[in-house]
Amino acid sequence: MKVMNLVQAINDALDLKLREDRGVLVYGEDVGVEGGVFRVTEGLQVKHGAERVFDSPLAESGIVGTALGMAITGMKPVVEMQFDGFVYPAMNQILSHVGRFRNRTRGKYSVPMVIRIPYGGGINALEHHSESPEAYFGHTPGLKVVIPSTPYDAKGLLIAAIEDPDPVIYLEPKRIYRAIKQEVPEEKFTIPIGKAKILSPGEHITVIAYGAMIREVQRAMVMAREKGIQVELIDLRTIWPIDRDTIRQSVQKTGRALIVTEAPKSYGPAAELISCINEEAFLSLEAPPTRLTGFDTVIPLPLGEKYYVITPDRILAEIEKLVNY
Amino acid sequence: MFDHKTLNKYKAIENKMYQVLDNEGKVILKDWKPDLSNAEIVQAYKDLLFERTVDLMAVSYQRQGRMFTYPPNLGQEAIHIAAGKVIRMEDWLVPAFRELGAWLAKGVSLWEIFLYFKGNEEGSKFINAPRMLPIAVPIASQLLHATGIAYAMKYNKENSAVFGFVGDGGTSEGDFHEALNFAAVWNAPVVFVIQNNQFAISVPLKMQTKSINLAVKGLAYDVPSVLVDGNDFFAMHDVLSYARKQALESGTPFLIEARTYRQGAHTTSDDPTRYRSKEEEEEWALKDPVQRLKGYLVRQGLWNPGQEDELIAGFKKAIDAEFEKAENFREYELDSVFDYMYHDLPDELKKQKNEYQNYLKLAKGGVK
Repeated sequence: MKVMNLVQAINDALDLKLREDRGVLVYGEDVGVEGGVFRVTEGLQVKHGAERVFDSPLAESGIVGTALGMAITGMKPVVEMQFDGFVYPAMNQILSHVGRFRNRTRGKYSVPMVIRIPYGGGINALEHHSESPEAYFGHTPGLKVVIPSTPYDAKGLLIAAIEDPDPVIYLEPKRIYRAIKQEVPEEKFTIPIGKAKILSPGEHITVIAYGAMIREVQRAMVMAREKGIQVELIDLRTIWPIDRDTIRQSVQKTGRALIVTEAPKSYGPAAELISCINEEAFLSLEAPPTRLTGFDTVIPLPLGEKYYVITPDRILAEIEKLVNY
Repeated sequence: MFDHKTLNKYKAIENKMYQVLDNEGKVILKDWKPDLSNAEIVQAYKDLLFERTVDLMAVSYQRQGRMFTYPPNLGQEAIHIAAGKVIRMEDWLVPAFRELGAWLAKGVSLWEIFLYFKGNEEGSKFINAPRMLPIAVPIASQLLHATGIAYAMKYNKENSAVFGFVGDGGTSEGDFHEALNFAAVWNAPVVFVIQNNQFAISVPLKMQTKSINLAVKGLAYDVPSVLVDGNDFFAMHDVLSYARKQALESGTPFLIEARTYRQGAHTTSDDPTRYRSKEEEEEWALKDPVQRLKGYLVRQGLWNPGQEDELIAGFKKAIDAEFEKAENFREYELDSVFDYMYHDLPDELKKQKNEYQNYLKLAKGGVK
């Protein structure tokens, strides 16, 4: 065991897979010499060589499109989009090809690649550096989408993503990159894709969140507990496919559900989760499943972000509303 | 024979086009000799005729309502047949969607092509064509795949090249430029072939670019680039062979603009009389690639045009048999909608499939 933050855990997973599998390549903008703008790939080029860990020209469609080409030959490219807002030029490749090649060729070719994207707000960044684009990927057939919230999960999910025979979008909650430290095994382990995790059991209400929102919910839970409210917190971990079983069992028990996401409200992941709850646990509901999400606005620049980011107080207010419904 | 000296002579920036045969099939280059034996050239001519026959029949199947939208190859066959002769089994072929003869040479079965255009993904599996990608509809996006494959080939020290095709309209897309740039920076062995057939559906080349030609677009990326007469089988064969050789020897990309003309429609859904003149069509008919190679063969005493009708009649029978195979292909099952999306079908998709199957059981009367 070694104490790691998310950045170190992701780096450790990449290092491990680069060591273990010659087919793994890591590239993107500034990932080589610089080690990435968040230092996630720091030291990897020195260890594994510039043929396997390298800077590509600055073109996201090019990065994803070439990675697809490598992947269908059996390589395992792990590419980085420098920021959430920079993935958009690659959307044609992701939507039109990455998620479709296996189906289009009836399984002759598969696309075992990973696209890593730091995402989310709360870091006082410029425009295009604070987006939550997970709904676009969750809505796209052929992809899997995962988001870790702890260093342990970050390592286990990334190894699972690299070993998955299908393309995985791996979103990294940059706001908590260095905020959370945890003991992480140095050896190899995986977290299964498609499985949520109950972080703390509770009987009054289910809260479903992921990524950087987990920490905010946990802060709200401390206050809720003082008021006698026991929250069951589910870390979704995989955005698609959704772990219906864990959600069903929890909401059947608590009868109440709150979804917390940073992503904009309409047509977002929270809407999907509420549909899932309605389909799976309708007769157990004591209150309407509710979402606390970002607004249907552009995420504001840093001085306005305080209105947009979801705080523990707002989460607590929603929890109380639902418990007292 | 095309070599480094020839490349220097046919400078794209000076708009010089490499051409071997004139419109009558007469060799116009001094001291030029074909790289192929007479028997191989006769075979190439038969392949041209075969592609043309397939193409005309495909359009007629479509007109009969037995096939959906189809993109005709008419007029561009020399590029495809020459590519088919140069591309080896160990090479990768990354098509756009109008390279019929090259696909067949790579091992694609005709029934698969018909099946695909009848609307079944099974037809883009290309089971006997290793290292051949399916057709790519999002314009120019496939060239990045070609570059990525080439990086992998080089990384794995494989002695093989990648051939990526695109049309003239595709040169306006960002992915075209990204693919050339990445391939150049990475020293990736990709041969990019632009089939400049003068139109992107209805939009003429002059609305597409101000460049003197399309080959020059490679020069800024330091990709050797050459403009070739795409209706000239020998010119295409010479340049493609050189491009492959240099890709393997120096591991670098190469760009070919094959200047040609789409004699047919973009697809069976469009009507070219709306956007081009009869005079233009007639002018290009004189440069027809099949007639030019035929002219060469007849001149050399290698071909008796009298034998052609019988040959084509034989082709038609074989093509009809392939079409029948596509028509008799097993029915499209519900499983095929779901089962290829992932290596292991996720529970979410199993659920959606089950729900539909349950509906079918209740509906009894089959899919409605």
